[in-house]
Amino acid sequence: MVKALLAELELRKGELQGQVVETIYLGGGTPSLLGDEELTAILDTVYKNYSVTEDPEITLEANPDDLTNKRINALSNSLVNRLSIGIQSFFEDDLKNMNRAHNAQEAKDCLALASRYFDNITIDLIYGIPNMSLNKWQENLEIAFGFGVNHISSYALTVEPKTALDTFIKKGTFQPIDESLALQHFNYLVDRTAEEGFIHYEISNFGKPGYFSKHNTSYWQGKPYVGIGPSAHSFHGTKRSWNVANNSKYVKAIQGNELPSTMEVLTTTDLYNEYIMTGLRTIWGVSLDKLEGDFGILYKQHALKASKKYLEKGLLSISCDLDENQKPIEKLVTTQKGKFLVDGIASELFMI
Amino acid sequence: MNYICKLSQGINSFMKNIRNFCIIAHIDHGKSTLADRLLDFTGSVTDREKQDQLLDNMDLERERGITIKSHAIQMEYTHKGEQYILNLIDTPGHVDFSYEVSRSIAACEGALLIVDAAQSIQAQTISNLYLALENDLEIIPILNKVDLPSANPEEVTDDIVDLLGCDPEEVIHASGKTGFGVDNILEAVIERIPAPKGNPDEPLQALIFDSVYNPFRGVETYFRVINGSIKKNQEIKFIATGKNYYADEVGTLKLKQFPRQEIKAGDVGYVITGIKEAKEVKVGDTITDAKNPTKNAVSGFEDVKPMVFAGIYPVDTEDYEELRASMEKLQLNDASLIFSPESSAALGFGFRCGFLGMLHMEIIQERLEREFDMTVITTVPNVSYHAFTKKDPDEIIIVNNPSDLPDPSGLDRVEEPYIKATIITKADFVGNVMSLCIEKRGMITNQTYLTTDRVELNFDMPLAEIVFDFYDRLKTVSKGYASFDYHPIGMKSSKLVRVDILLNAQPVDALSALIHADNAQYIGKRMCEKLKELIPRQQFDIPIQAAIGAKIISRETIKALRKDVTAKCYGGDISRKRKLLEKQKKGKKRMRQVGNVEIPQQAFMAVLKLND
Repeated sequence: MVKALLAELELRKGELQGQVVETIYLGGGTPSLLGDEELTAILDTVYKNYSVTEDPEITLEANPDDLTNKRINALSNSLVNRLSIGIQSFFEDDLKNMNRAHNAQEAKDCLALASRYFDNITIDLIYGIPNMSLNKWQENLEIAFGFGVNHISSYALTVEPKTALDTFIKKGTFQPIDESLALQHFNYLVDRTAEEGFIHYEISNFGKPGYFSKHNTSYWQGKPYVGIGPSAHSFHGTKRSWNVANNSKYVKAIQGNELPSTMEVLTTTDLYNEYIMTGLRTIWGVSLDKLEGDFGILYKQHALKASKKYLEKGLLSISCDLDENQKPIEKLVTTQKGKFLVDGIASELFMI
Repeated sequence: MNYICKLSQGINSFMKNIRNFCIIAHIDHGKSTLADRLLDFTGSVTDREKQDQLLDNMDLERERGITIKSHAIQMEYTHKGEQYILNLIDTPGHVDFSYEVSRSIAACEGALLIVDAAQSIQAQTISNLYLALENDLEIIPILNKVDLPSANPEEVTDDIVDLLGCDPEEVIHASGKTGFGVDNILEAVIERIPAPKGNPDEPLQALIFDSVYNPFRGVETYFRVINGSIKKNQEIKFIATGKNYYADEVGTLKLKQFPRQEIKAGDVGYVITGIKEAKEVKVGDTITDAKNPTKNAVSGFEDVKPMVFAGIYPVDTEDYEELRASMEKLQLNDASLIFSPESSAALGFGFRCGFLGMLHMEIIQERLEREFDMTVITTVPNVSYHAFTKKDPDEIIIVNNPSDLPDPSGLDRVEEPYIKATIITKADFVGNVMSLCIEKRGMITNQTYLTTDRVELNFDMPLAEIVFDFYDRLKTVSKGYASFDYHPIGMKSSKLVRVDILLNAQPVDALSALIHADNAQYIGKRMCEKLKELIPRQQFDIPIQAAIGAKIISRETIKALRKDVTAKCYGGDISRKRKLLEKQKKGKKRMRQVGNVEIPQQAFMAVLKLND
């Protein structure tokens, strides 16, 4: 598999011709399983084939049970400068419920260790788990703050159709999601992180100034990226492509010097819809100037007309920033009240 | 003298070689496929023109595999050295269009009775067969699909012999799929079906059995000449409508039209007169000469009356005028559609429409969407009731809309239309079918064992109960082994109430339904449950109540939507999520905002689907 990844990196080096790689993200699945040498090989291949900026953000996603003392030490000597740790919760019963490999102690131990070597750490925390009291959620957050993390990605437990959790809930062995509880947790999360100096820059992402995920922000701002590996998505302005998900099909194709990918060309409407969807999730919102400039007056009018009822209900608001030339820029942003309903709002603003 | 004698002999020998016949079959018994085979065999279609189910012109017909309109086609066939003209008149295959079937039958001397060798005789077939026998048609029984592994030719032949009292040898075995037996069918058509009788010298008398709207040429009228002849440029008169026209073009119906100077007695053809609206051409009407009219109209003409009524509203109120224009255009080619403007507090302006039946209603709705790109909401359908007030107990108030029902305090009585239902099923399902019909307020009037395993049941039933999910349930209780046909038998008194639905404490008139008093409680409850299922959650709790007058009979609550957000939205999630939200938005296009509640289109028909 790693060989295939290296081969794909080589195969696609032409794709970013003339562009500088600003961020590298090793994620999806469990990249912390990579050996030190494999990791080095991947990063070396990137550097050899692409032009990487002087000060890139290089993130590695890791599970607490993989982050041993030795491993963290090795990582600190690698090019990786940001760790994303899948803590999920600091409580045993939650971790069991979510079928995680690590336990509560491992979560705490690894975080203590990692923060000795890394300044830029993000952790994943999950809320809205049935039976998780507000108290317990508060405690989870306090523990995280106690470790001095500068970034938190926090997700409401979501039941995707046809997953094990979905089946358990239908069978009655797992309690159904309580939306009001999730909302209560979310509101607490937003308020408490703000008190700690975090900025809520995307629905599920909270970072102190200077610690936003540059990589994820690129997704939301429509920057081009190359995704390597099975099922990875790539994006170049108006084209999105994705590799086959099946591992052996992927490896076989790459061995044959072929890229097993499917591509879609995004229409203006697709791009508009994506901008609405991602924009409304972030602090940067949907710029009315950009709507007019990139998509045309009709799209802007459509967006404004469709937002009217949400503006009236206080789920959206129009805020005004000044750009570098002190020129006001108006943007449509989701209010605190609207954030938990943002999918429905975005869908209403879509052009079909 | 001599000359005239020769001429009339010539005409008679012309009639001698004409055969007019139709096909009687149940849906799916292979009528259209077999018809295609006949066209094929007689060389009436070229290879280039071949397309499955040639006679079903509308996309809708091909997709649903049913014939909605009548069609006619002329074939030529040489038999024993003589050339024959065979006019096949294809008939609609659904009870909603039974009047059209009766007129097609009246235009023929013979009928092919097609019976599926696996499924045997069905209710629809029997009632059309009776019609054909009443019209003295020669019946040619055909056992179709004999090549199917599940075919049961011996037993089904016995069924046919029992039904017709014919000889087993007369039953022709055939397969529309392979073309087997088609030659025998053609031979039987020529040998067994009598040539048309008629007097070519009498004044013109022709029966209209169908009409087709052509946007460029106006209405094309299909007819069978009984006596006399119709000539190009002749001034003609339609007796029932009393209007005169000039026959701008007359001709024969091949796969394409074939203009001719004259269509003579015994033959089938079309006439174009520049008529722009289908409703001017009434199926069953008689065409005659304007100057020398026939004394006798062809008997059996009826003004077709709609049986089912429902409101049709634009999803977007701004589209009302466009909807009107679309309905007017639809009416140009479907004279059986009637409509008049109405308004609803909930839905704004729309139309109350009358349909021949539920299938007809679905077809109109689908055609509005396909052919006119209109997104519409159809409200709960109802039949036409007669209400009488205490103040004026002899004056009929026609109730085509729940809101027309007079206030219960002033109401003297209500009458509702009844039908005679014929159901044929397997003996095993008699109990189930009876329970269903009794639940549907049916009264059994007859029960006949056609064979040891097949039973014909007759019920008198309120038509309204057929509208309310009867077909689907009949299919379920009989595991698909029941066929059903009906005809109206007049009005009977009834206990009727209006069940109103309130959303957020506001009555939504478009959701009201007229229900028999005995079922109102149960149906009100089920409607609330069904609406709870169908109306998407919104940002606030929505109480749903069912009420009769001021009395609330049931209540449910749609819980507010508190969380509607994707947790993770990176890389590939973006594209997946966009597509999902786009789909959601498309679904919303079919929703109608009533007050502050968004109601999807299906919710307006919820009362019909209470058992899904």
